[in-house]
Amino acid sequence: MHPAFSVIFLTTLIGVGQGLFLALFTGQSYAAAKFLPAQNGTDFFALGSLIALLFLMAGLVSSIFHLGHPERAWRAATKWRTSWLSREVIALPMVMFFVFVYGVMHYMSWDVVIFVTSTGVEFNLSLLVGALGSAAVFILFLCTAMIYAAIKFLQEWSSPLTIVNYILLGAASGFTLATAFSIYTAPDLVDFFGAWAIIITVMAFISRVASLIRNARIKYKSSIQTAIGVRHNNIAQKAQGAMGGSYNTREYFHGKTAVFLKSIKWVFMLLVFPLPIILLFAGMEHSNGKVLLFAFMIQYLGLLAERWFFFAQANHPQNIYYQTV
Amino acid sequence: MSQLALVIDLNVCVGCSACVTSCKEWNTSGPAGFMSDDNPYGKDPTGTFFNRVQTYEVGCFPNTETIHFPKSCLHCEDAPCVPVCPTGASYKREEDGIVLVDYDKCIGCKYCSWACPYGAREFDEHQKVMKKCTLCVDRIYDQSLPESERKPACVLSCPTSARLFGDVEDPESEVSVAIREEGGYQLMPEWGTKPSNHYLPRRKTRLHIHEDELVRADNPLKKEERQPSAPVDEPTLDDSTSW
Repeated sequence: MHPAFSVIFLTTLIGVGQGLFLALFTGQSYAAAKFLPAQNGTDFFALGSLIALLFLMAGLVSSIFHLGHPERAWRAATKWRTSWLSREVIALPMVMFFVFVYGVMHYMSWDVVIFVTSTGVEFNLSLLVGALGSAAVFILFLCTAMIYAAIKFLQEWSSPLTIVNYILLGAASGFTLATAFSIYTAPDLVDFFGAWAIIITVMAFISRVASLIRNARIKYKSSIQTAIGVRHNNIAQKAQGAMGGSYNTREYFHGKTAVFLKSIKWVFMLLVFPLPIILLFAGMEHSNGKVLLFAFMIQYLGLLAERWFFFAQANHPQNIYYQTV
Repeated sequence: MSQLALVIDLNVCVGCSACVTSCKEWNTSGPAGFMSDDNPYGKDPTGTFFNRVQTYEVGCFPNTETIHFPKSCLHCEDAPCVPVCPTGASYKREEDGIVLVDYDKCIGCKYCSWACPYGAREFDEHQKVMKKCTLCVDRIYDQSLPESERKPACVLSCPTSARLFGDVEDPESEVSVAIREEGGYQLMPEWGTKPSNHYLPRRKTRLHIHEDELVRADNPLKKEERQPSAPVDEPTLDDSTSW
């Protein structure tokens, strides 16, 4: 497939926003259970929610550039019964709504204790909103990933690993950002977020490598024989029905060399996983916010390459009809 | 229930592209608006087409044959492009099974084209909507046309009658009979899309001459020469009759 930068930015930016919100909520949950010191609502949760919201909005804006008729985008919410894309269109504003309410509640200190357990753990209303928001975040991850995983003949995408990768890569970048963010706003939580960022990044590494191994061993179901229905091992295309190229030759081919594709793979394998982990360690060791911020930026850059590779690697069966591209 | 479809006979198609041009001519002049055509006479001509003819060479020289392969939307019975559409712009008509795009609802997200394994859909770069073969839906029901012309433009223009049009759900229709009796097949059956359009394979007409037919096995002389005839001393028919 031809990687569209609008979709690359959409999926990576909302991934960061979703991951950051998950990090904030995890921080509050641990604090509620008294595993972590409680944080200032305005500085940490409200500002953190605002940053998450900005990432989600940036993703939404970049998605507009993918549409031929963005003025009709509201229609995209109508077919949620059958289309994962439609479900994503509903889930994204839902997440933004919960992140907004969560941030406002912390900023205005609108919070009440709903109930207290026998061990003295207090459950706040904001925790409930955070839990609902986290559920919405996972629904959004699922919708985003299923847009790709649901196309069964795009065999590189049609795998549960696609969903796992979207969740883990989004969460990893969000927790890395949370680590950098917390050094300025909640220094007590730096090690907590940093440790989780490293754990999730390692998990994401495992699942991404698993999907790379899976994709390297794919046996394609379609062939030129099934595509035109002629049983002969030696079929060569002589004309593809267009002299100067067509939508079919532009949309489904990445147009780069195999060497370029391979080098992007190594670039993202380096930028997404080992470099941020090293930088996170270094930043936590020296309590250096700039290094932690750099870790996030490196990982985000790597995720752009990762997403580019994700699209470019997918081999659409229609390409069989366009062998002389 | 009916399912309109095309049956394309690869044995007959000569790859003249008359179907391509007549399709574009009809559909670019229709009420749905023009079909993009950029640089038609320039270096890199490109544009939107509902139908294209591709050419394949099968076999190794000198035992090769050329297959011209017209390719358009197959109007799948289980069309994967329809449920993925977020707006409902892409739909399959209940009454005749034609898969259509509502150009006023399409947001141009291109997701349907990703979900088509055949690459049958093309995005129009000027109107910014997804386009595809309509089976000339604005023509086949047009009561102002004589009944013989209520067929898709590609079918009418085909000089070799390689394209048949009809209802594949009706077992006695021309298309169903052709599929049944001439070995009609579907493209990429492995994805379960159940394409309605079928293709008829190349069929070789071979003269089978057995050795017995060259050498008369029942020749009593065991030798190929003229049968001996009786000595001619009486007048024959040739002597008495002028034919």
